[in-house]
Amino acid sequence: MSQGNQYKGFAGWLEKRLPIISPADHFFNHYPTPRNLNYFWNFGAIAGLLMGLMILTGLVLAMQYNPSTLHAFDSVERIMRDVNYGWLLRYLHMNGASFFFIAVYIHIFRGIYYGSYKGQREVLWILGVVILLLMMAIAFMGYSLVWGNMSFWGVTVITNLFGAIPVVGDTLVTWLWGGFSVDNPTLNRFFVLHFLLPFVLLAVVGLHVLALHQVGSNNPLGIDMKGPQDSISFHPYFTMEKLFFIGAFFTIYFLVVFFAPNMMGEAINYEPANPLSTPEHIVPEWYFLPFYAILRSIPDKLGGVIAMGGAIVILALLPWLDRSPIRAARFRPIFQVMVFIFVIACIILGFVGAQVPADPFTIYGVEVFFGWSVLTVGQIFTAAYFGFFVLLPFVPLFERPRKMPRSIAEAIDGHA
Amino acid sequence: MAEQVQDDSKRDFLALSAYVTLGVGTVAGTLGILSSLTPSADVLALASIEVDVAALEPGQAVTVMWRGKPVFIRRRTAAQIDEARGVALGALKDPQTDADRTIEGKEEYLVVVGVCTHLGCVPKGQKDSDVRGDFNGWYCPCHGSHYDISGRIRKGPAPKNLEVPEYAFLSDTNIKIG
Repeated sequence: MSQGNQYKGFAGWLEKRLPIISPADHFFNHYPTPRNLNYFWNFGAIAGLLMGLMILTGLVLAMQYNPSTLHAFDSVERIMRDVNYGWLLRYLHMNGASFFFIAVYIHIFRGIYYGSYKGQREVLWILGVVILLLMMAIAFMGYSLVWGNMSFWGVTVITNLFGAIPVVGDTLVTWLWGGFSVDNPTLNRFFVLHFLLPFVLLAVVGLHVLALHQVGSNNPLGIDMKGPQDSISFHPYFTMEKLFFIGAFFTIYFLVVFFAPNMMGEAINYEPANPLSTPEHIVPEWYFLPFYAILRSIPDKLGGVIAMGGAIVILALLPWLDRSPIRAARFRPIFQVMVFIFVIACIILGFVGAQVPADPFTIYGVEVFFGWSVLTVGQIFTAAYFGFFVLLPFVPLFERPRKMPRSIAEAIDGHA
Repeated sequence: MAEQVQDDSKRDFLALSAYVTLGVGTVAGTLGILSSLTPSADVLALASIEVDVAALEPGQAVTVMWRGKPVFIRRRTAAQIDEARGVALGALKDPQTDADRTIEGKEEYLVVVGVCTHLGCVPKGQKDSDVRGDFNGWYCPCHGSHYDISGRIRKGPAPKNLEVPEYAFLSDTNIKIG
């Protein structure tokens, strides 16, 4: 093993002793990347960058935060008012969570639309679902730390979901709380987990990237690369392209951080937690709204919980539910329409989750769907959400795929 | 199609602007993060305190908290002031006269930060029952530093005299520290 390597100078010296130069070199210079990637292939990198920013800002915020029910809310206000640039760190962190979810949701859409879970990418895809679940747990516990009144009642409602589990439900909820209500022990453990789990997330993201580099990137045509004519080097071509797109994405992120930092928040969370007074209308953060809508659409406590959890877990089954050998939706007319209906269902469920169930359903104040109640609309689109997965295995029986190019190079150059 | 002219200068300008923006943003962000760890506004707001020493009799001492540290205030007797003044500067490790360490006209009161200049322990000597060391001032039990009645280091490992904080008499018996 002490043979020389191809690297010169310090890189060669270090590689001989610690093999980290070759993976980095492989990553940037010898990772054959499909030459037809579009801008949708940027959101993984953006999500990774945001994860780094969340960990960095989270670390400094944790140095100022006080995880005790007596001081939590005040210590957050102290960060906002007294700590130098504390407002900036907190706004970066709280809006960073939203933009992390925006990036990841677009990333997931990309994966579904272009069939990125096919072709030995099952493990890559499942790791992605694990990342989503971890992100949700982390975001939920992070929100609780603010200890505003929406934090408190959000935690109360969501932890009570576990009470729906037969036989052990109540015991489990008491165990989660470390008491008979959401209180100091709950806040303390949530703080510890909110600190720990991002590093678990980091490790799983590492595995996700490792799996990606084992199988290789999918591409908008969903056709495997057949040779060097189909690929270009990741660096400098895609590093430059990603830098540009990251710049554009972060411009929007910073616009929100500096000019509308509370746009995606709930005003009521600037009131301290009050165990005696539930807010009139409990809403989770926007990125949980579709799942919250699914929960409320099922008129049974246990059924709702199973549906909500199932809505995420069912994503992990996609590689087996989708039996078509063709990946990209552009060549699959039925699947393409189904994906668009699925996306519309997710968006409408988002609006449903933010509204009172008995009210007529509206979008920005406009009554749509003939004045049907929020509950009815929620049930219809919950059915649409799950319908996507239920119908998926049968689609290849009816679908006549569109004509596909034989290779990436042919699609671009007109000849293979 | 018009003839294409290769002009990289605009492209270079764009790239340079992007790198400068990235660089300035990174530096500003880093400075912000480092700045967040410096004392915050609420900490700075508590940076000075006022102490009323009217109840202090000659020979008595009081300890107050200032910026998270103890401050020793001792009202010295005439004999103790004479003793402090009588020490030759040559005998001191950190030469300072007693006058340098007190406020003119208020030499009775010695105000020092009660933190040993060796490794930060709190010296004994505020109470009558305390060990006051070989020079009847303060004695640090951690590593055996002896301070005299002017708070000057006389014996032991400490390198400096007990620090005199910035303070002023707001009235005859009201001291503002910090």
